[in-house]
Amino acid sequence: MTTQMFGAPIRRREDPRLVTGGGRYLDDLGKGALAAAFVRSPHAHAKVVDIDVTDALDVEGLVAIYTHEDLPGRVGEPLPLLIPHPALTHGRTQHALARGEVNHVGEPVVMVVARDRYLAEDACARIRVDYEPLPPVVGIEAARAAELLVHEDVPGNVAAHMLQEVGDVEAALAAAPHVLELDLAIERSASMPLEGKGVYARWDADRDELRIYSSTQTSTGVRAAVAAKLGMPLAKVECIAPDVGGGFGVKINHPWPEEVLVPWVAKTLGTEVKWVEDRREHFISSAHERGQLHQVRVGFDDDGRLLALDVRFWHDNGAYTPYGIIVPIITSTQLLGPYKPASYRCEFWSLYTNTVLVTPYRGAGRPQGCFAMERTMDAIADELGLDRTEVRSRNFILPEDMPYDHGLLFQDGRPLKYDSGDFPATLDKLKALVGWDDFAGYRDRARAEGRRVGLGIGCYVEGTGVGPYEGGHIQVETSGRVNVSTGLTSQGQGHETAFAQVVAQELGVPIEDVFVTTGDTRRMPYAVGTFASRAAVMSGNAIALAARQVRAKALRIAADALEVSADDLEIVDGVVRVKGAPDSSMSLGTVSVMSNPLRYAFDEAAKAATQFAGSNDPDKPPVADDDEPGLEGRDFYSPTQATFANGMHAAVVETDPVTAEIRILRYCVVHDCGPMINPMIVEGQVHGGVAQGVGGALYERMVYDESGQLLNASFMDFLMPYASEVPHIETDHLETPSPLNPLGIKGAGEAGCIPVSAVIASAISDAEGFAITSMPISPVELWELRRRHDAGDIPSLRHHDATTRKHR
Amino acid sequence: MKPAPFVHHAPRTVEEAVEVLGQVGHDGKVLAGGQSLIPILNMRLASPGHLVDINGVAGLDEVAVTADAVRVGALVRHARLERDDPAYAATPLLRRVLRHVAHPVIRNRGTTVGSIAHADPAGEMPAVLALTEGVVEVAGPRGRREIPCHDFFLGALETSLAPDELAVAVRFPLLGAHTGTAFAERARRHGDYALAGVAAAVTVDDGVVSSARLSFVSVTDVPGALDVTEAVRGQEPDEVDWSACDDLVRGHLAPEDDIHATAEYRAMLAARLAHLTLAEAAADAVALQAGSGPRHREHEAVGVPREGGPAA
Amino acid sequence: MSDPVPEELLDVTVTVNDVPRHARVPARRLLSDFLRHDVGLTGTHVGCEHGVCGACTVLLDGAPVRACLMFAVTAQAHRITTVEGLGTVEAMGPVQQAFTECHGLQCGFCTPGFLTTVTAYLEDHPHPTPDEAREAISGNLCRCTGYQNIVKSVLRAAEIRAAAGPGAGSGATGDAAADAAGGSAP
Repeated sequence: MTTQMFGAPIRRREDPRLVTGGGRYLDDLGKGALAAAFVRSPHAHAKVVDIDVTDALDVEGLVAIYTHEDLPGRVGEPLPLLIPHPALTHGRTQHALARGEVNHVGEPVVMVVARDRYLAEDACARIRVDYEPLPPVVGIEAARAAELLVHEDVPGNVAAHMLQEVGDVEAALAAAPHVLELDLAIERSASMPLEGKGVYARWDADRDELRIYSSTQTSTGVRAAVAAKLGMPLAKVECIAPDVGGGFGVKINHPWPEEVLVPWVAKTLGTEVKWVEDRREHFISSAHERGQLHQVRVGFDDDGRLLALDVRFWHDNGAYTPYGIIVPIITSTQLLGPYKPASYRCEFWSLYTNTVLVTPYRGAGRPQGCFAMERTMDAIADELGLDRTEVRSRNFILPEDMPYDHGLLFQDGRPLKYDSGDFPATLDKLKALVGWDDFAGYRDRARAEGRRVGLGIGCYVEGTGVGPYEGGHIQVETSGRVNVSTGLTSQGQGHETAFAQVVAQELGVPIEDVFVTTGDTRRMPYAVGTFASRAAVMSGNAIALAARQVRAKALRIAADALEVSADDLEIVDGVVRVKGAPDSSMSLGTVSVMSNPLRYAFDEAAKAATQFAGSNDPDKPPVADDDEPGLEGRDFYSPTQATFANGMHAAVVETDPVTAEIRILRYCVVHDCGPMINPMIVEGQVHGGVAQGVGGALYERMVYDESGQLLNASFMDFLMPYASEVPHIETDHLETPSPLNPLGIKGAGEAGCIPVSAVIASAISDAEGFAITSMPISPVELWELRRRHDAGDIPSLRHHDATTRKHR
Repeated sequence: MKPAPFVHHAPRTVEEAVEVLGQVGHDGKVLAGGQSLIPILNMRLASPGHLVDINGVAGLDEVAVTADAVRVGALVRHARLERDDPAYAATPLLRRVLRHVAHPVIRNRGTTVGSIAHADPAGEMPAVLALTEGVVEVAGPRGRREIPCHDFFLGALETSLAPDELAVAVRFPLLGAHTGTAFAERARRHGDYALAGVAAAVTVDDGVVSSARLSFVSVTDVPGALDVTEAVRGQEPDEVDWSACDDLVRGHLAPEDDIHATAEYRAMLAARLAHLTLAEAAADAVALQAGSGPRHREHEAVGVPREGGPAA
Repeated sequence: MSDPVPEELLDVTVTVNDVPRHARVPARRLLSDFLRHDVGLTGTHVGCEHGVCGACTVLLDGAPVRACLMFAVTAQAHRITTVEGLGTVEAMGPVQQAFTECHGLQCGFCTPGFLTTVTAYLEDHPHPTPDEAREAISGNLCRCTGYQNIVKSVLRAAEIRAAAGPGAGSGATGDAAADAAGGSAP
């Protein structure tokens, strides 16, 4: 009996080994490898004047020390700028080891290789680097004012300036009955996976081959980048992503300096070298994200309909731009959410600062855009005295409007065209879940008790499953084992399970027989990577297509052997059988044997297959012209555009009237990612995203002082939430299938975190009676805002109670 | 982040420990729980050449309740003291405060004496020592001595312990059957250092307040007890307006700005917690005398979410 | 700067999962590194090396401690239990079993620290409420799950333990055989 696998919340196949200590993360590999450590800049901006390694040379167990001077050819050239863009006129990337200049605290200057990490750090401590400090640029305002420059040849600290416009915003603003202006801010945070980065490289001197293990979100990307840097043929370089302890975006950027240097040293020394990033290194030399300042001007009519939306924002991209301007492009396009303003203009400047570089962190610019849009919607509701869900409803793109083309280009360079979604239905579900219509009464009762409570809402749309492609390769062995591989990577998303479910469903095999490999260039060398909520859409579909190929071939071979028509056959529990006559059957393993006309019956399965005659036409070759040996399929999925998921969240918060402490009483999520391969996994992704969103709303910020020192470079002072800080999350979902891909699915990886800051700001504003415009917010900040509000510096909401009205 | 090399000493007796400390002087640090020291070593914020690991020293792991005090040996882990029922019966404040020290896992290893010797202004146990007017028992090359609390803490992370001395125990004097206690702190996350914390002891004699004292966490450089009795003496415990103590409290505090809170916010929070804990301590005193045993009320750090809201 | 002095290596023997394990290591060798690299038990993970994240949590005489905040040389007087000692793929302990049932892990990196912490917790508090379960895990960081399913896993582990009857192994002793006898889910 075949169980319906697609849509089943089955337990994960990864889990038994992971819960018994059998995970193999980067640092679990390479037991005998040499250890690398780095001397990193203590200054945010400085010239490197001299490097004196004398005192380090006597450290026992030291193997080698490298500075930029030692790096040959391309290894010494700047790291690649991965995603160029016409608007990125002044992109800059760093050298793997600083060449004469450092631009953020943490930039690597000297590489030490020793017998173990303790000794390597001892050597690092003895290396003296002379710096000539230069005045640093810290913070968006300072970057924008440009009294000082990060890079001498980048005027105004502007890496990129981009403008997209649809319609005539200025004219629409001038004609609009109402205009509001908002100044909004989101501060820097970071992915902060529990496992930092890591690279382990093995040089095979016998074959002149390099094998790289990296805790990366793109093993194909690392492989190509390192091969290019080292001037090696691709065929001589492999890259494998082992078990990875979380990514959340920070591991998609590549090649990191260490990803170039560790393989280079392994090749140079002819041995194994490993670098495992420690927590402090991760804070000061991986990547951050989220810091933006927004100025919004919005024109609207008496019904709250958006006539003109004009957004200008300044994006802090840190010291270098290896990942281009993907994040602000996503902000500028996903800002629109589920709405259709009559005209829209978005202009941004991506600015350099002497701080850690900025590359995508789950959400990748969407949280900032959602914050800008949703605070604007709340402001409109307050201005007009309308219910906040009513104003949103009036601006929704409706199901009958789909596909809806915004007239903009998305991060993949393709039209921002929503394919599906039912925003009114999502909103209805959310209002029912949180009890929107009952809140006014609840708030009145709370007020009578002296309590301050507020209800907030946030809506988002997420373009998922961007291309260019992913692939799936499936091979059925003679034992019946089904090997599946796809080239993108895994960091906890349950790919070994979800993709096996797809294959079990499509092919009709027991899931126990399906084994999935991800992120190994030896097994599937064509891939892009795991990011942008794309894995299920891209690899899920590619694997499904490959499975359909295998199924078709299996049926064809079995039909010939059983002397029936392929239409009369089904595959159930790994057995191909005649519908209605199940005794006439052959296992897929047997089909596999038959698909490979070997001369040699080297095992029982091969021998047993000889009982099936098949065609033995002497005029036909054993392997037909248009066929290949083996029961295999390989296919790729390449979409014309992203497919758009959506969701809406609501929260009830309470603030302490005296201390301004903030407590989330309820957190409700309705999300729509179309049909779900494994609903338990999807829900887990949503939970994790919400928790990161709560962190970003109430706890997490990177605190730089004016000299560019990161003051909270540890878990003691960078406040990631524990279970005690994350509320119970209530979820409901909707499924509007995607019309764009064979499985009809959409991505969900980032869904949970996108609207959270907007939702919490909305709720606190509702509790306090004045608008919250900057996130994250802590009790201290709220307390300060209250005092300013009481003193008249901050205006009250104009029609506060009307913005949560019981529906008439 | 690996520590720099050090020479490891593992004395078996207090005398051996003192002798080693005498040899290594300022280049040595005592290792007991290590929960504060080892992060510092791992981050190479300090690189002492010698660690004197006292975990193997005999006779330092006792909790003793006498007629006057609860005496805690240098190797008593926070968790052990937290669970100790006789200590709780004698001085409930200990358990009330210990529940707020870091996380349970840290408490399994960290020691109460170590925490006091570390003298972090954000530490809770120094505040308890101050409120109970406790004593640190010290062993040194010149023999044993006792340092009263007010002479022990000199400044942030600074005590009057000489480099060649070892704190072997602390004593928390009992507060008496008429004195109720309470503790509250607020932190950003569960288990974090407090933004502000307050310990209160209120004595009720003949149905009126005869003494009210406070000590603080995170808002003074040096833990010291503040006597606020003059503001509330003679009043009935459930009728006191504790805000009468505000001026005294504000005058005592010396909070600082840091990345988590401003000095002003901390001062406000400490004053607020003072109200709450004084009231609770007064109620505790009344309950003690009514014979209903030590009361244990919850003032939780911001944290555990509760169900709430219209649909709940 | 003075010349570096070659470090003295100490003979360190620590009982891990009931087996004495020996290595010659410097005094500064953290217990986390000793377990992972000298003993070869890589199930204990390192997330921060300053005691906050909890990924390195192991049991010291049955009580959870941060392995990154202890030196191997100090651990000699004690019995250490790591995640490997809580059960195997064939014979999982109740907490491991519960996590697999409730999707209590995603990337799995923080998981060993939760498993040891929860194993010890349930020894002392075999029937926690949801709020108590949440508080019990509020000293370990997870970046993937948002904690919802970890809370569920704690409650499910309590059920599995209760169903296994009195005297059932919880893995706290590190005896895999005892786990096999009593720890598997019914």
